[in-house]
Amino acid sequence: MLMGDARPNPDLLLAEVQKEEAKQRRGRLKVFFGMAAGVGKTYAMLEEARARAAEELDVVIGYAEPHIRTETEALLLGMEILPYKTIEYRNANLKELDLDAVLARKPALVCVDELAHTNAPGMRHAKRWQDVAEILDAGINVYTTLNVQHLESVNDIVERITGVRVRETLPDSVLEQADEVELVDIAPEELQERFRAGKVYRPEQAERASKHFFTKGNLTALRELALRTTAQRVDAQMQEARREAGVKHAWAASERVLVCVGPSPMSPRVVRSASRLAAGLRAEWIAAYVETPADVRLSSDDRQRVEATLKLADELGGKAVSLTGQNVADEIISYAESHNITKIVIGKPQRPRWRDVLFGSVVDDLVRRSGDIDIHVIRGEAGDRTERAAPAASRPTTWDGRGLTTAITATVIATLVGWPLYHGLHGPDASRAPHFSNINVLMIYLVGVLWVATHHTRLAAIICSILSVAAFDFLFVPPYLTFTVSDQQYLLTFGVMLLTALTISTLTHRVRAQAEAARQRERRTAALFALTRELAAARTTEEIAAASVRYIHDVLGQRTSLLLSDADHHLTIKGDSDGKNDGVTPKEMAVAQWAYDHDQIAGRGTNTLPASEGTYVPLRASRGLVGVLGLFGSDGRSWLPEQRQLTEAFASQTAIAVERATLADEARTAWERVEAEFLRNTLLSGVSHELRTPLAGITGAATALIETDQRLSDEARLELLETLVGEAERMERLINNLLDMTRLESGGLNLKREWQPLHEIIGAALHALDHRLKARDVRLNIPADLPLVNVDAAAMEQVVANLLDNILEYTPAASPIDITARADDREMFVEVADRGPGLPAGTEKRVFEKFFRAERGPGRRGIGLGLAICRGIVEAHGGRVFAANQPGGGAVFTFTVPILEQPKMDVKT
Amino acid sequence: MTVPSTESSTKSANGPKPTILVIDDEPPLQKFLRVTLTSQNFNVIEALTGESGLRHTANDQPDLIILDLGLPDIDGVQVTKRIREWSSIPIIVISARGKEQDKVVALDAGADDYLTKPFGVAELMARVRVALRHIATANQTSGDSVFEQGHLRVDLARREVTVRGERVHLTPNEFRLLTVLIKNAGRVMTHRQLLREVWGPGSSDQSHYVRVYVNQLRQKIERDPARPGFILTETGIGYRFQVDD
Repeated sequence: MLMGDARPNPDLLLAEVQKEEAKQRRGRLKVFFGMAAGVGKTYAMLEEARARAAEELDVVIGYAEPHIRTETEALLLGMEILPYKTIEYRNANLKELDLDAVLARKPALVCVDELAHTNAPGMRHAKRWQDVAEILDAGINVYTTLNVQHLESVNDIVERITGVRVRETLPDSVLEQADEVELVDIAPEELQERFRAGKVYRPEQAERASKHFFTKGNLTALRELALRTTAQRVDAQMQEARREAGVKHAWAASERVLVCVGPSPMSPRVVRSASRLAAGLRAEWIAAYVETPADVRLSSDDRQRVEATLKLADELGGKAVSLTGQNVADEIISYAESHNITKIVIGKPQRPRWRDVLFGSVVDDLVRRSGDIDIHVIRGEAGDRTERAAPAASRPTTWDGRGLTTAITATVIATLVGWPLYHGLHGPDASRAPHFSNINVLMIYLVGVLWVATHHTRLAAIICSILSVAAFDFLFVPPYLTFTVSDQQYLLTFGVMLLTALTISTLTHRVRAQAEAARQRERRTAALFALTRELAAARTTEEIAAASVRYIHDVLGQRTSLLLSDADHHLTIKGDSDGKNDGVTPKEMAVAQWAYDHDQIAGRGTNTLPASEGTYVPLRASRGLVGVLGLFGSDGRSWLPEQRQLTEAFASQTAIAVERATLADEARTAWERVEAEFLRNTLLSGVSHELRTPLAGITGAATALIETDQRLSDEARLELLETLVGEAERMERLINNLLDMTRLESGGLNLKREWQPLHEIIGAALHALDHRLKARDVRLNIPADLPLVNVDAAAMEQVVANLLDNILEYTPAASPIDITARADDREMFVEVADRGPGLPAGTEKRVFEKFFRAERGPGRRGIGLGLAICRGIVEAHGGRVFAANQPGGGAVFTFTVPILEQPKMDVKT
Repeated sequence: MTVPSTESSTKSANGPKPTILVIDDEPPLQKFLRVTLTSQNFNVIEALTGESGLRHTANDQPDLIILDLGLPDIDGVQVTKRIREWSSIPIIVISARGKEQDKVVALDAGADDYLTKPFGVAELMARVRVALRHIATANQTSGDSVFEQGHLRVDLARREVTVRGERVHLTPNEFRLLTVLIKNAGRVMTHRQLLREVWGPGSSDQSHYVRVYVNQLRQKIERDPARPGFILTETGIGYRFQVDD
């Protein structure tokens, strides 16, 4: 191969260039990174900021933690410090970074301390790193500080080392995306010294910050973590540098990690491990949750845990997916195979071994069937088991009265059927041999139990089996009419009967749950399909808005609003499932606008402005955002993954439909503009010319009569007068045509349809054109027995007159005209034919178009409306028009009129 | 306005100078009518509004009224109705093209004839003559019972129709239709008027009866039924029996 392996992949290069471009527009982020509080991060940051300021750079302090160290305080002297935003929360004034002030001030560099800080409620973002991201997006450089224990992926390690759970965490991706990371490091002994000297915390804070935290062992471990994290970064940067230099990358290509997520509290730990594993491998990773029919029984706590875990995966830089299937292992394997997964991470099972033997184990299945894929089984913790078990125990066996009634009824019926079979028609008599063995009677009871188990709850089934056993024992097991059992083997019978009832009801329950899950899925799919179909039929944005809010509301059961952007990227409400278009408060509009401006989901249940009433999902289409979908849940419940997926599917369908409508609108507007332009030009040039020509004739003739009257011969005078009249009439025809056309176009043609003979219409048209037709030989061929037509007489007369007028204009003065009519079952055909030059080839269809004028020699007049009017009128009557050249020369124009059921006539008297 | 003839002349058509009241708000049309009618030996009174037209009708007792349907103050149809409440002076209404329905309403309300703008002198004079003659014949109690024009001869009393000297058989309805048309010769008759006259009241929705019978009649009496010489079609309005002047 001539192509060297070291040759850079063009796609990668392009990605590199795009990354560079994005970075140039974005501000640069520098993180001062340390192992713990007190190592001097803030000091280092401020020192460097001062150095930048000394270089005439526009530096401001956005937020600096109040410090007690005078040397740190001193660094702030003379710097521009932006005022804090003060938030009142539970009777305390919390000081926060004023994001809007920073954005408005727009310095070159801003210092923001404590990147991992969690904002007070009511701030725009939940976390400070989100504030910083927005500042960076605005093109402002940021200096910030961060301790290693706040990193999401090492969170649990830190907990294990120090025994302290750190609540304020931030995704690793934030640190990964930092342009520069400076490790601020001091020896653990020195830090301990500082802590003891009260230089790290104020005395009251020191109380809270456990002394145990600052042990040498802890600090050493944390230091190692910080160093390792920085080293990993350096390593990644080096690799990136190598790729930039066109060196073939050294790591194994395309590792992909899949981590299985469940409702277990140990899932987040597994996800973190997977994230670390993936980071070490520089691999893409995916967190998958498999929803099985059994999940309908999950408690809402469980559901929330699943969701939180998927969200965590998202924050750690993984991709969260939710799959649906009967069997977890099946789904995981098939997903892994179709997505080229190389490693699967799963938590170690926490349940007793006998359960695995009885019900199978996902881990075993995975290991057995994974093929080439590595399976990593991660340790969980012992305490987790009880938490998981609690909701499971509280499930089904809900009480229902009908079930109990059926259980009793089934037992009674089984008894009534069994009694004559066993005892015959007599009473119980131990001395006589029974008709049938009592085992057969037991079968009858079993049928009853089966019936109850398949139709009612498990409790009802159990009650039914107990009742059956009791009745059987009492009535059919000797000694009769006592619960005493003489033969020990019946105890086994009772046991088997109970077990059968339980097994059947469990199975039925599962089948029913599966059916329910399938029904739910089916309903969602149907809704999505219905929405797609509805949207496909909708033409205008209003229709699309109405359809989408209605469907989304129907499926999610939440009030839904559709907000679309205008040309200025300003959102307006286009649809609301509540029917009122003012249901979104200005405050909520601001949240929606934020989601739109930043192309990020915002509002309730998200990290941005979680205190809002609604959740706002951006509507992304191929040409960019078209608006925002607002969802208003009735309760504070957050989203289930499936709901989120469905919402996203809805949102993208809606976005595509809205975009399509917008494009169609644009195309139509453009086309209309072109056509309007063309019409205006044609009208201006055609009409002005056609109106001026007769006016010129009239003015000329009239002035000639006034000014030269004395010298005119009678003959000349008559000729001038005829010109005057003729031109006036021509002008009248032109104006009539224009008016008719306008009326046709504006839909103002009000047909007054009445039954008439065709003869009359043609006769009236001929009469109207009488004096112009004098020189012509008009030959009529109209059968006397033609049916009546239901037309507007005046309009139809106009059609015939216009056709004749057209012939008069375009054919030699004495050439004959033929008018022929014939009828078949459905239509009446009227042909008006001339013996003129015929239509120019290829114009047969176009002659009925507006403003079409055949160039047939000089002096031809008219603006090309006459035949267009014919078509308009005929089509309004449900007929057709067409033109052709006839074999013997000349053109023939034909129009049709539908023949309807003839009106009643009384006896011809 | 400019030609007041306070002392209105005799009412009869054979008197010296019949008076015509022109109710129209358009000066060019007023001027055209005044010049034309004056030159044709008529007295002309002009009114620019419906109200003044009604006043002139009462005060000046004209022999004929030419009334534009598009007046600035009151609807021309209303003017027609109010005149008909107390007078049978012939009224000729003028209106624009495309307003066939207005004309039909005015004619059914009692107007005698109509003209469509723009119209020529020949047409105007023909209508005026017919209207005045109609008044004259209506005053004669017993008219000539035989009508003869071109190749058509109709003996109204003996119910005999001859075309080019040959007897033509007409059904009773055809004959009644022809009689009504001949009695109103030169005047337009709306479909409704003909229906009422021939088929009696209560049949006014069946306007296709009239069309079908006119068609049959034409086949029997016209030389070329598609280009009739006697019964002319007034599209959208009705029929007119053409008379030779």
